[in-house]
Amino acid sequence: MAMIAADNRGLRLATRYAVLVLIAVIFVFPLVFMVMSSFKPDQQLLQDASNLRAFLPVGDISLQNYTAAFQRAPVATFVFNSVFVTGVTVILSLLLCSAAGFAFVFVNWKGRGVLLSLLLATLIVPFETIAIPLLLLASKLPWIGLDGLTWGWLNSYRVQIVPFIADGLTVFLFVQYFKDLPGELIEAARVEGASWFQIYRRIVMPLSGPILATAAILKFLVMYNQYLWPLMVTQEEGYRPVMVGLQYFFQLNVAWGEVMAYLSMITVPVLAFYLYLQKAFIASIASTGVKG
Amino acid sequence: MASKFTVSNRTGWLMAGPAVLLIAGFVILPFLLAIALSFTNQRLVSPNPTEFVGLANYRQLLGVATLTLDPLRDDAGAVVVKDGAPEYPSLRSLTRNNPDRPDLAGMREWFSFSLGGESRTYVLARDVVFMKAIVNTFIFVLVVAPVQAGLALGLALLINQRLRGINVFRAIYFMPVVVSIVVVSLLWRLIYDGDSGLLNNLLGAISFGLIPPVDWLGNPSTALGSIIAMSIWQAVGFHMVIWLSGLQTISPTLYEAAAIEGASKWQVFRYITWPGLRNTAVLILIVITMQAFGLFAQIDVMTNGGPLDSTQTIVFQAIERGYGKQDISGGSAISVILFVIVLSISLMQRWLTREKT
Repeated sequence: MAMIAADNRGLRLATRYAVLVLIAVIFVFPLVFMVMSSFKPDQQLLQDASNLRAFLPVGDISLQNYTAAFQRAPVATFVFNSVFVTGVTVILSLLLCSAAGFAFVFVNWKGRGVLLSLLLATLIVPFETIAIPLLLLASKLPWIGLDGLTWGWLNSYRVQIVPFIADGLTVFLFVQYFKDLPGELIEAARVEGASWFQIYRRIVMPLSGPILATAAILKFLVMYNQYLWPLMVTQEEGYRPVMVGLQYFFQLNVAWGEVMAYLSMITVPVLAFYLYLQKAFIASIASTGVKG
Repeated sequence: MASKFTVSNRTGWLMAGPAVLLIAGFVILPFLLAIALSFTNQRLVSPNPTEFVGLANYRQLLGVATLTLDPLRDDAGAVVVKDGAPEYPSLRSLTRNNPDRPDLAGMREWFSFSLGGESRTYVLARDVVFMKAIVNTFIFVLVVAPVQAGLALGLALLINQRLRGINVFRAIYFMPVVVSIVVVSLLWRLIYDGDSGLLNNLLGAISFGLIPPVDWLGNPSTALGSIIAMSIWQAVGFHMVIWLSGLQTISPTLYEAAAIEGASKWQVFRYITWPGLRNTAVLILIVITMQAFGLFAQIDVMTNGGPLDSTQTIVFQAIERGYGKQDISGGSAISVILFVIVLSISLMQRWLTREKT
């Protein structure tokens, strides 16, 4: 009897793993297909799609597609633009939104209640509903740069950065996190005569590692994956990010090998980054769920 | 913290000011602009001054009318039959320069139906494509919201087991979420391809060639469904993680008590897990709905709204007008319509799922 029961448990365990693996295959196969195809010439790529070779690095394997992708489009420029825009936005966002969260939680000032509710109300405005008027606004805004006063922000880095630095969700995440910090600590520091900046810099920021990581990861995902906005505001190649650069690959005669090479180039680093910081990525998404 | 040591108007404004100003300028202002511009004829670049046009944009987008027509009769009074079906007066004669029906001018047939009898009812719309876009978007949301939320809950329950290596599976299920939807859409174009697509090959193989290849994105009856399936595949991990964090807030002592009482798996889910997930469920439904109404990138990369407008969506129309045709006012009107829809649906969801007292 005991043996049968043990066998049953073994079988049940095996079924559980089988289900888990089967589902894992569903989530992974397109990505494996993408990377493997990027090494194959077009004709072989399409032939392999009819069997399991699609997921294996077999046949005529080379980096030919990658070289061709670089010839077809200014890939390095796109990558630089994406990294630059994403990096600057993330850093500025962490600075300004954490400062705002700090002010909303720890400082007593007139208007903070009203402003906080106003910021929370913006959470129900999807970006898609403001994209068109924002486009008009961006086409008319002034800017003071090296060549004096100019009008219109289209085709620039600032048009991709400035509108996305502050958002309701990021401020809200900081507010939620700061509320759980011991407020007496901050008050005690004030009584001791510490300046607000010292408290922010020396007490609160050192305690904020997890929330900074969360906010940075969420912003990074949004910014790096932006498509609609840069599509509308960057007609000049020099300012386009990687996702808009994709258009060079799918509009006319699609060369699938090159497409897969480009997709792999812009996706695999992000996936590697994700797998490396997996826990932090998942925790940051989970934290967007606490507002319920 | 009402202590006098923490009062400082200057610090408050100084530290919150920059973020508040940016949100005011780049979220609240454009939102108000959308409303204001939707009542004008604003274009992105135009030599003419902007004018107030009242509800003209909304009338152009949302104008619908119904019309019931009797079939044509010949001199003897019999119904004229053409190709085995009764023939009806042409709609053009009513919608083009007809002085008797100025209200129908410029309208086109959206669809028609017959409620028995000889007469046929035609539904006309001033902007048929936009009507189709609204319908498609609603279909997308109505399918994606429950299916994606349900599958995500299933995955979360699966991942919530105590098994060796379960974190590896969690990491894998979440993987598509970090990949851009633009990349995913382009990748899946090859999977859905009518000739050498992976999906057709797979279906052919498991059915021993019985299922004929389908041009998934090129066929009006499968295109939207294909985009729905792919969108769920990409985003389901996101909501799985939110369900998981909800599951982990349920106290283990409840499960222990249930085990002692000898509750079945279904009873445990029904009376412990599900009530514990209430708030998570409301949040997930609202978030998925908001995300689903924003459907754009998939359409732009995969189908451009085709074939036969079967994948037109509200946001795709807003962008096509506001950006493609540089008609800022038309695009703004669509944005406002979208916002009203999203707002009323999330209020409705909140009301339907309210705590009943």
